[in-house]
Amino acid sequence: MAKKLVKKQYQGVYETMYKMRRFEEEVFEFYKKGMMPGLAHLYLGEEAIATGVCAALNDDDYIGSSHRGHGHLVARGANTGMMMAEILGKKSGYSHGKGGSMHIMAMDKGILGANGIVGGEIPIATGAAYAALYRGTKQVSVSFFGDGATNEGTFHESVNMAAAWKLPCVYIIENNLYGISVDIRDVTNTNDLVDRAKGYGIPGAVADGMDVEAVYAVAAEAIERARAGKGPTIIEYKTYRWQGHHVGDPGDYRVRRDTKEKEKWMKRCPVAAFRKKMLGSGIAESAIRKAENAVEAEIQEAVTFAVDSPYPDVSEAFTDVFTD
Amino acid sequence: MREIMYRDAIREALDEEMERDENVLLLGEDVAFIGGNFKTSVGLYEKYGDLRVKDTPISEAGFVGMGVGMALTGLRPVVELMFSDFLLVSADQVINQMSKIRYMSGGQATVPMVIRAPIGAGRSSAAQHSQSMQAIVSQFPGMKVVLPSTAQEAKGLLKSAIRDDNPVVFFEHKMEYTNKFDIDDGIELIPIGKADIKRAGEDITIVATSSLVMKALKAAEKLEAEGISCEIVDLRSVVPLDRETIIASVKKTGRLLIADEAYERCGIGAEIAANVMEDVFYWLDAPIARIATPNVPLPFSPALEFPIIPSEDKILEKARALVAPTA
Ligand SMILES: Cc1ncc(C[n+]2csc(CCOP(=O)(O)OP(=O)(O)O)c2C)c(N)n1
Ligand SMILES: [Mg+2]
Repeated sequence: MAKKLVKKQYQGVYETMYKMRRFEEEVFEFYKKGMMPGLAHLYLGEEAIATGVCAALNDDDYIGSSHRGHGHLVARGANTGMMMAEILGKKSGYSHGKGGSMHIMAMDKGILGANGIVGGEIPIATGAAYAALYRGTKQVSVSFFGDGATNEGTFHESVNMAAAWKLPCVYIIENNLYGISVDIRDVTNTNDLVDRAKGYGIPGAVADGMDVEAVYAVAAEAIERARAGKGPTIIEYKTYRWQGHHVGDPGDYRVRRDTKEKEKWMKRCPVAAFRKKMLGSGIAESAIRKAENAVEAEIQEAVTFAVDSPYPDVSEAFTDVFTD
Repeated sequence: MREIMYRDAIREALDEEMERDENVLLLGEDVAFIGGNFKTSVGLYEKYGDLRVKDTPISEAGFVGMGVGMALTGLRPVVELMFSDFLLVSADQVINQMSKIRYMSGGQATVPMVIRAPIGAGRSSAAQHSQSMQAIVSQFPGMKVVLPSTAQEAKGLLKSAIRDDNPVVFFEHKMEYTNKFDIDDGIELIPIGKADIKRAGEDITIVATSSLVMKALKAAEKLEAEGISCEIVDLRSVVPLDRETIIASVKKTGRLLIADEAYERCGIGAEIAANVMEDVFYWLDAPIARIATPNVPLPFSPALEFPIIPSEDKILEKARALVAPTA
């Protein structure tokens, strides 16, 4: 029984996608203005995935995230001001400036962390699923990662264990075709990465990662399955990142198969497409504007909060190594 | 006092902690059905069931990482690696994840997790099953590194490790598993971070770890007969390092020999020597010396292995040389 987003969810779903979009645009601005230490991997273009998947989760579920994690955090309702502050290395950030873009964690939202190691978070999210099974809490753990991560051993090891023990885990492949500059099609001999599900004896699903409704439909089914004790699912979403691998990477290597590749994908903007769908469904333009304005106010507040926040004192470099 | 094998002391610690706290669980290769490659968990699977004592696939990165996820979400997993050499297979999860998540999260996360792994040469297990990983692991911040010597330490320190809210890597010595020790049941927990003076002496301090504590004690008896009085400090943990006990002892004896089985280069001896030097330099009557595994892969043949690994004889030789320099 395929699950569908219902109309009363539209507004919330759109707000989340729009918030991710605006959040990442502001992060990009930080970078361009030289305000951001280090780098960030933007989620622009992939918003439908985190939004659609997380729309099917309960508040007490867990997610594991990757280096491209801002979208996952926004989708789980993480505080955008604390995220921004962390990205700027400020004391008021989620990790008091010790983690940065690639390590934003929000334990209170069940976010087990973005992760700087490709594939590093997959077994961790799987362990959270084991804990849920062990305690009988009916929580589900969702692991988000890229196409590139599916070639790490941790992916194979984790999915294999989750399958063997029917863990309540859902593995989300965000297939944006590239791992930095390397085209997945040049390093992996399968058209659909989800084909691997067969090898673990679990279901796999492929869906359009630019269509939040399609994302939700397969995710909701997999999550429900996991919650019912029937074990893990791998879902592959076909998607594309608007920008280079990270801020500062022009991403101009994505022309080897098709010089118009990027333009073609960008015509399928998930945020614009869903906005159109909402209008078509009879939701008034003014209602959408209102939601956008509310998001804009939150984002501006987050930016101001982050910019105005002080840096941590150097003494903080020595705390939180151990707990007493 | 009662007599107990080192491996049974470990099993008792696991059993008692599992009994005490239902969040404690054990996972690793062959830990359940056969009770562990070194028989350290015999009977626990029968007692606690499949979900709590879990035979894993041969996926070290996978199941160590699962342990991290369990610990983050409130369980207290004890993860067994069959040999400490395999820690390298799971290295990312140990070094980049388990030990850093608390810090990277700005203190939001706690990772109450224990990794148990056997160390040590002496079984003709060659270069990939004989190593001692305490030095390499101690280099990285965020995890405690514990080296039990006797069954008493094995039990008391493991129980403390399981109750610790920080990640602990617990290195058991594989040559001790079937050795018997006297154990005092009045001692339940041994605090992590406190060295133990196993024998008091006047002429030389020997800081030893793990199995080498027993070898140092034997050497001390022989040296006593030669008129050399040794103070034997059982380090018990490299992280945290009990500098105070070492420094106080060296100020008393004026000599320091460090015996640890990890490789010599960048090893535990080097670390301790440098760490205490500023405090003990003016009290020293001889240079600080160390005994370690030389910087070669461990060879297979007993004809090659035994002569090169740290031993009672090597401790005797070095101690004599430090106390009564010839020439
Ligand atoms: C273990 C590891 N290897 C390499 C890197 C460097 N690196 C960071 S992101 C990345 C590409 C990851 O590609 P993918 O999994 O497809 O995610 P995407 O960036 O496309 O979202 C690489 C190679 C890393 N951080 N960790
Ligand atoms: Mg990719």
